Amino acid sequence: MDGAVTRESPLKNGFSSLLTQKLQNNLTILLFLLPAFIFFFVFQVYPILESVYYSLFNWTGFGPATKFIGLNNYQQILADEVFHKALGNALLLIFLSLAIQLPLALALAIMVGRDLPGRAVYRTIFFMPYVVSEVITGIMWLNLFNADPSKGLINAVLTLIPGAQAQAWLGDTRLVFPCLFVVLTWKWFGLHMLLLLAGLQGIPVEVEEAARIDGANTGQLIWNITIPMLRNAIQTTAYLSVLGSIQQFILVWVMTQGGPSSASEMLATYLYRFSFKRFWLGYGSAVALVMLVIALTFSIAYNHFVRTPEYLTNE
Amino acid sequence: MPRKLFVFLSLALVVASMLTACATPAAPATEVAKPTEKPGANPEPTVLPSEPVTIEWWHIQTVDPGLTKWQEYADAYMGLHPNVTINITVLENQAFKDKLTTVMQSGNPPDIFQSWGGGTMKAYTEAGMTLDITPDLDADGGAWRNTFAPGALAVYSKDGKNYGVPWDMGMVGVWYNKDLFAQAGISEAPTTWTAFLEDAAKLKAAGIVPIALGEKDSWTGMHIWAYLAIRLAGQAGLEAAISRTGAFTDAPFVQAGYKLQELIATDPFQPGYLGDNHDAMQGHFGNGECAMEISGQWAPTVQAAQSADKKGVPNLGIFAFPAVEGGAGDVTDVMGGGNGFAIGKDAPPEAVDFVKFLTTAEKQAELAGLGLLIPTVKGGEAGLTDPNMVAVQAMFANAKYFAQYLDQALTPAMGDVINAGVQDIFTGVKTPEELAQAIEDIAQTEL
Repeated sequence: MDGAVTRESPLKNGFSSLLTQKLQNNLTILLFLLPAFIFFFVFQVYPILESVYYSLFNWTGFGPATKFIGLNNYQQILADEVFHKALGNALLLIFLSLAIQLPLALALAIMVGRDLPGRAVYRTIFFMPYVVSEVITGIMWLNLFNADPSKGLINAVLTLIPGAQAQAWLGDTRLVFPCLFVVLTWKWFGLHMLLLLAGLQGIPVEVEEAARIDGANTGQLIWNITIPMLRNAIQTTAYLSVLGSIQQFILVWVMTQGGPSSASEMLATYLYRFSFKRFWLGYGSAVALVMLVIALTFSIAYNHFVRTPEYLTNE
Repeated sequence: MPRKLFVFLSLALVVASMLTACATPAAPATEVAKPTEKPGANPEPTVLPSEPVTIEWWHIQTVDPGLTKWQEYADAYMGLHPNVTINITVLENQAFKDKLTTVMQSGNPPDIFQSWGGGTMKAYTEAGMTLDITPDLDADGGAWRNTFAPGALAVYSKDGKNYGVPWDMGMVGVWYNKDLFAQAGISEAPTTWTAFLEDAAKLKAAGIVPIALGEKDSWTGMHIWAYLAIRLAGQAGLEAAISRTGAFTDAPFVQAGYKLQELIATDPFQPGYLGDNHDAMQGHFGNGECAMEISGQWAPTVQAAQSADKKGVPNLGIFAFPAVEGGAGDVTDVMGGGNGFAIGKDAPPEAVDFVKFLTTAEKQAELAGLGLLIPTVKGGEAGLTDPNMVAVQAMFANAKYFAQYLDQALTPAMGDVINAGVQDIFTGVKTPEELAQAIEDIAQTEL
């Protein structure tokens, strides 16, 4: 890269000789980085700083923020039962994603990554849900979960079983979260499967062959060779799962709006409800920052302790 | 490419993006300062004839007859006043709300815009975004004011001052399927809570789901609790709680929660009602699966539209929400709301004059005849033909007290707390005392 930029300099004149080669290089790098930096600051850093400012006010979003209330919003958030519920749901979703969704994606990736007949077809089918827009997914599952057996497929099938009764899936405070988890898994496992598939392709065939020759059966092969060598891919999917769980919004909002009685409240639906239904934009800003702190803390800790980026280890 | 040229080009690009980038954050800072300008500095309603004036009018009548009729009225007004140009922006309901919120935050409201009055209009008014038109209403001994039904006009006022006027008003009642009532052997609509519960039991015994509800949209269930609260607390009790001389923890509001629990305990709703939204509720009722629904003046058209055959209930009737024994409220008291025109802070006097022109009895009667509205102006009811709409109009015209939907009358935050809290009664998450306390807590900070 460096060579490409500096190698040829057809028009040597006084101007370029004023600058040393190194300074010129750095300047070029800086110039190329500047647009990205500017966008980053305008659309990321500046809004975050705005949020910090507004989070200190009791502000409806109309007119200038005048009612300064210090850290009151944060106190209120941390004391709010519904926020606790939302946080609990996010943690539960993280746990379930890691405990159920990831192993499922891994199992499917190993299956369709091998010589399964018609594996290209399976890959396409499994990846399809990820391609469908989240709103469409939500509406589709809303219909499937319809409590009325004459309209909802799931209840229609359920009522065919003798003794089984139609359930108010999304209207039941105990069932709504498991139902949403099913939908989220259906929606996202394809992406994780794809990431793991990519990882699988990086495992040299020789290693597996060598293990086979040493007498390893399939179970041992997967446990001792495949999974350890998929370490990077698994770490990436886990990372995405956790961040996705913290930010989950569209599917939940379309399907339940966090209800009934906050049983499916997520951090982002909580943020939306307070900002745009209650018009407490100051409070909403504070919620956004709490979410940012949670996500950032996790992100930094994870990158520091678990996932050493390849570009650093390769040096 | 010669490197020098390359560097120069990237430099130019960077400078260009810096310029645009600088402009972006600067804009909100200047806009923030604007709303502090004094609102309502428009003392003289005298019309200057020759000055060219432009009126920005936002409405949500995206379909006929409203769409065409309102354009006709605007054209007619412009014909009478050649100096006036009326720019109409037609937006779909949700798009309108989003766009209005944006222009309000930037301090540039349209001159005339759709409004439902109540808490949202009050929030705009507190931010100085609306114009006080009380002097116009009171001019010539209250000539314009006296044309309106007072209850409807009050929905667009804050602290006794009006920032808009109603053009349509409706109310919530109990819609019922007369055929299903007959099937269950009920000859008369119930007038008391006890009779209401008995009739629900009779319907259930006859294998009919008594009530359709779409509690996923929590405001549908809120209507029941709010009516119970109005029946129990009465006008005085409700107004005391709102004006803070009383409290939402007072006995009638707690009692309303218990009455609601009493109803829920009889399991009168269709299965899965907690997961059904308002459309689904109308569908269950329209299909004749449920005998009653607590809904507004839109029920006849929406239940038909949501029913399988698109025709809905053939024998539809409405009765007033039943009186609750021992309650301070009157059985004629109603809860409802409707549509109105709010006036933006920078509106010229011609805008108010045009709204006056739009709300004459003659035009109200014409639009009522087309089924667009239930008139708010005296004499407008002459145009009403649909028997259901005539019934609704008679009910709210007879009302001693007209309460706006509780979730809209108060602030948006209070509305959300009430709706969510009532849903908690349905799911059993909150007790009536806890609901009352939650509403009282938010009232203390919001009211």
